[in-house]
Amino acid sequence: MEKRSLVTIADHSREKIEYLIRMAQEFERHPNRRLLEGRVVATLFFEPSTRTRLSFETAANRLGARVIGFADPKVTSGTKGETLKDTIMMVSNYADIIVMRHYLEGAARYASEIAPVPIVNAGDGANQHPSQTMLDLYTIYQTQGTLDGLDIYLVGDLKYGRTVHSMLNAMYHFGPTFHFIAPEELAMPEMYKQFCRQHGIKYVEHTDFNADVIAGADILYMTRVQRERFTDLMEYERVKDRYLLKLDMLSKARPNMKILHPLPRVNEIEYAIDDNPHAYYFQQARNGLYARQALLCDALGITLEDIINDSTIID
Amino acid sequence: MVAAIENGTVIDHIPAQKLFAVVNLLHLDQMTSAVTIGYNLPSEGMGTKSIIKMADKFFTDEELNQLAVVCPNLTLCIIRDYDIVEKRTVALPDELRGIVRCTNPKCITNNEPMLTHFHTAGPHTLRCHYCNTLVPLDKVELVPRKS
Repeated sequence: MEKRSLVTIADHSREKIEYLIRMAQEFERHPNRRLLEGRVVATLFFEPSTRTRLSFETAANRLGARVIGFADPKVTSGTKGETLKDTIMMVSNYADIIVMRHYLEGAARYASEIAPVPIVNAGDGANQHPSQTMLDLYTIYQTQGTLDGLDIYLVGDLKYGRTVHSMLNAMYHFGPTFHFIAPEELAMPEMYKQFCRQHGIKYVEHTDFNADVIAGADILYMTRVQRERFTDLMEYERVKDRYLLKLDMLSKARPNMKILHPLPRVNEIEYAIDDNPHAYYFQQARNGLYARQALLCDALGITLEDIINDSTIID
Repeated sequence: MVAAIENGTVIDHIPAQKLFAVVNLLHLDQMTSAVTIGYNLPSEGMGTKSIIKMADKFFTDEELNQLAVVCPNLTLCIIRDYDIVEKRTVALPDELRGIVRCTNPKCITNNEPMLTHFHTAGPHTLRCHYCNTLVPLDKVELVPRKS
């Protein structure tokens, strides 16, 4: 079987992203199957992440796989001084695929180079989080019917937010126009703006956040402005509520506009918006299941054709 | 000022303060043939420079090109029978393994016993293969040698 690790979405072509979206559509139609019966999926979470872990474990369970692993890094041998390599080599003896979250950047790339089984990166420090990107892309496709030529507005912490950086890497295939809305302290880093210029991606920067600024959005992607990112807490207090999305700010929104958020939400979206038709963040989280089912199957060498012709559908 | 050699390699125009980095990269401390090192020599173009003459020692392109990480403007002379038979400059290789340290303390390479791995990302920048950190050439730190 071909070993097909997923380390970063940047490794994927436009065609591959569209292929994975097709797969996720099949899983949305029929999420419960026995496609991975007899397989063992290991989820190694060297850093706690409830949402991502539950989503991957649900994806594996709904496809009939068995799941082993740990959710609390304190129980691992890493705390006894074991190297990542030793842990990966040991677990590779037991599992068919490893889903790994690690606090060190580059851990997933390294694990994929040494492991005899596929590695799926469930986040490596501030570096990459490709399954989140995949579910974001799936959600954008689902709500807009296309990924091409969209106006995507990214709001909040654009400096440290890895989900927004991965979004740039993935969307550049599809000719988007980005709007970056952030306080100066958390503005999109020059390195990513350079990436946009090199790839001919249009972008506009804003520090204001109001109904007029977001009127042209197809996708409004909110992120959390985190207190711990600020060196000057006065500055945090000054800007924290400036990037709160309020219900009355949606008055000029396009009818197709959807609000996404990787969650957890703290103070970015007014609760009154939850029932508004523009709100889509809870559906987005559910798409994490289908996107991760697609990623697990692809890493295990199961093709779109296998999924379309699957005779193990349960429901 | 420094005696001529019959056969071997001469590296000239090393910025004076980069001498020991070059010595480390080429593992000169492990050489058994004669090595002459000139340090802080007067230079018309550079003010001061360093020079290394290594008798009976020839390097591969790969070994020499890694020197471009610390000094991109080196001149090398290959000597045979007291004559310079080849003069060359060094070129930054596309990939560097185990040479440069990643400046990101949270990079896996700084926390696991493994080789670092960099790609060139433009004429003056390296990119970590693992964590994607960009390291400008003038900020490069070399991996400490194990004794």
